Amino acid sequence: MEQFLQQIVNGVSLGSIYALIALGYTMVYGIIKLINFAHGDIYMLGAYIGYFCMTYFHLGVIPSLLIAMAICTLLGVIIERIAYKPLRNATRIAVLITAIGVSLFLEYGTMFFVKANVRSYPPLKGILTHSFKLGSIVVTAQQILIVCITIILMAFLQFIVKRTRIGKAMRAVSLDRDAAELMGINVDNTISFTFALGSALAGAAGILVGIYYNSINPLMGILPGLKAFVAAVFGGIGIIPGAMIGGYFIGTVEVMVAGYGNSMFKDAVVFAILILILIVKPSGLLGKETKEKV
Amino acid sequence: MKRLLTLCVCFLIAVTLIGCSKGNQNEIRIGINYELSGGVATYGQSSVEGIEMAIEEINNAGGINGKKIVPIKYDNKSEPAEATTLANKLITQDKVVAILGPATSGSFKAEIPVANANKIPVASGSATADDVTVTSDGKVQEYAFRVCFNDSFQGTVMANFAADNLSAKKAVIIMDSSSDYGKGLAKNFKDNFVKAGGSIVAEEAYVAGDTDFNAILTKIKGLDFDVIYIPGYYNEAGLIIKQARAQGITAPVLGADGFDSPVLLELAGAEALNDIYFTNHYSSLDKDPAVVKFIEDFKAKYNKEPDAFNALGYDLAKFVCDAIARAEKLDGESIKKALEETENFVGVTGTLSVDEYHNPVKSIVVIGLENGVQTSSVKISP
Repeated sequence: MEQFLQQIVNGVSLGSIYALIALGYTMVYGIIKLINFAHGDIYMLGAYIGYFCMTYFHLGVIPSLLIAMAICTLLGVIIERIAYKPLRNATRIAVLITAIGVSLFLEYGTMFFVKANVRSYPPLKGILTHSFKLGSIVVTAQQILIVCITIILMAFLQFIVKRTRIGKAMRAVSLDRDAAELMGINVDNTISFTFALGSALAGAAGILVGIYYNSINPLMGILPGLKAFVAAVFGGIGIIPGAMIGGYFIGTVEVMVAGYGNSMFKDAVVFAILILILIVKPSGLLGKETKEKV
Repeated sequence: MKRLLTLCVCFLIAVTLIGCSKGNQNEIRIGINYELSGGVATYGQSSVEGIEMAIEEINNAGGINGKKIVPIKYDNKSEPAEATTLANKLITQDKVVAILGPATSGSFKAEIPVANANKIPVASGSATADDVTVTSDGKVQEYAFRVCFNDSFQGTVMANFAADNLSAKKAVIIMDSSSDYGKGLAKNFKDNFVKAGGSIVAEEAYVAGDTDFNAILTKIKGLDFDVIYIPGYYNEAGLIIKQARAQGITAPVLGADGFDSPVLLELAGAEALNDIYFTNHYSSLDKDPAVVKFIEDFKAKYNKEPDAFNALGYDLAKFVCDAIARAEKLDGESIKKALEETENFVGVTGTLSVDEYHNPVKSIVVIGLENGVQTSSVKISP
């Protein structure tokens, strides 16, 4: 039982990371029906920005987090403007291929500048090095930090989407872009804002992973990016609460498979889930069946 | 007219090519094919530092029979496919007489078919997998050599060390299942540990690039065991040790030469690196005069303590140059013959002779870490 609870703790901290990345996937998909494969690489860039802030400028965790989020926001918008905006009326497959191109560009561009070696975050100080014992269950301060920041960011995101004018515009554009435009909503700005939000969350996930695992490299975004994509599909792609649930679900499943089954199969199981969902309920857990509009 | 022109162009190209291949008679070209970037970059970079120091020493002492050694260095990005391409380039375009590297077994194995086909010897300082110099059906790879011991020896020594020196009865293995290195070590450790009266309580696996080991560690935390054996490289081993210590697992952690990198300390942190033991080629705590001199010279040149890969790189270059000096002619076949005949070559990582399987017969050290610093070393002869 104790072991089970410990595995839940492990799963929730891992799931938080997936959830943060999955939110970006799902928002972008919701608004322009694009699976932004470059999203995992924004997460990687967030980790590197955090690394440079903490190693060379000796900033604390929270300032580094905010800087990483700010720069990732900017990058997300720039990528959207340069790579995706000119293809607004192109076929979806063209945009998808562009996304893969952007992803490779970011991975190998970063590798060119920072080299392919694994880098480690500077050692943490103070409260972040503590771990708390509840019976025989160990919870580290870093795990608490990850879960807390994830929950704060998700609550903030919900607030923006549900309670603000720009959030209303996002929902309108995702429902019907043409009608939204006719109502006087600036669609381009709204799409940029969506990329900005998603990228900020991915950047935050990147630096949290850097702090938690202490190991970053230019290709670190590929696998978590794909798993977050699975999480988004599981929850119902395009649906924000779905991405959160999906993220925590995938994180927990991965940990449970490694903990009680065979550690070699953990990645395979995650992708088997993707296949199952696409066969059984392609719209995802929270998705509604909709007829394709013709 | 057109045909004549073509003929002229062909002739010109042929002349240029012949001119190129002749090269300089007063130099010996040696290829360096190493992991200078990518996942295991520190192995490659360290090896090359050692190699360059050795070549500089030889050239300063007048070269080999009056000929200077010219190293030609390429980066294989820690990718076996790239290592093969570069080996081809070194042999066919740069006309080297021998190639040093790559550092890892996988990349080195990828290079060997090119070496055999072109009859150019290749030698690695650190490719420790068993099937590097011998194919899986027991045939010797004619043109492949190495100056390091193989994994069965490493696994055997560590299993005996665990059973005898640490009085361990039960062990857990967490292995890197994505590399030949990890799988080979795990198998040899397991066989010998069981033979020495111990038992393996659990066997877990991960793949290179994994960062979250909490699930595996939580699972083994509930088990009763004395030691953890991690056959793998420093990138993941560092994280496993860090996460294990954070979860309150205090059992000694055993490893192999893949632990030997400063990155292990960066990733795990000094306070996690207690009770760590790993088999290695050399220890900077060694008091042998040859080793002491090497350490002094190395510090003077690079301003840091040499690690095992520095020492192996140094030995590798000296080992190959020693054979080139003894070879009858400056071609691949003669150098290969000279390498095979190597007896009692004195290196920093021990005195070695090449056996019939192109493996060196030499000693091994078990290094102990406390607070991330090497505090003990035990030398074990074959």
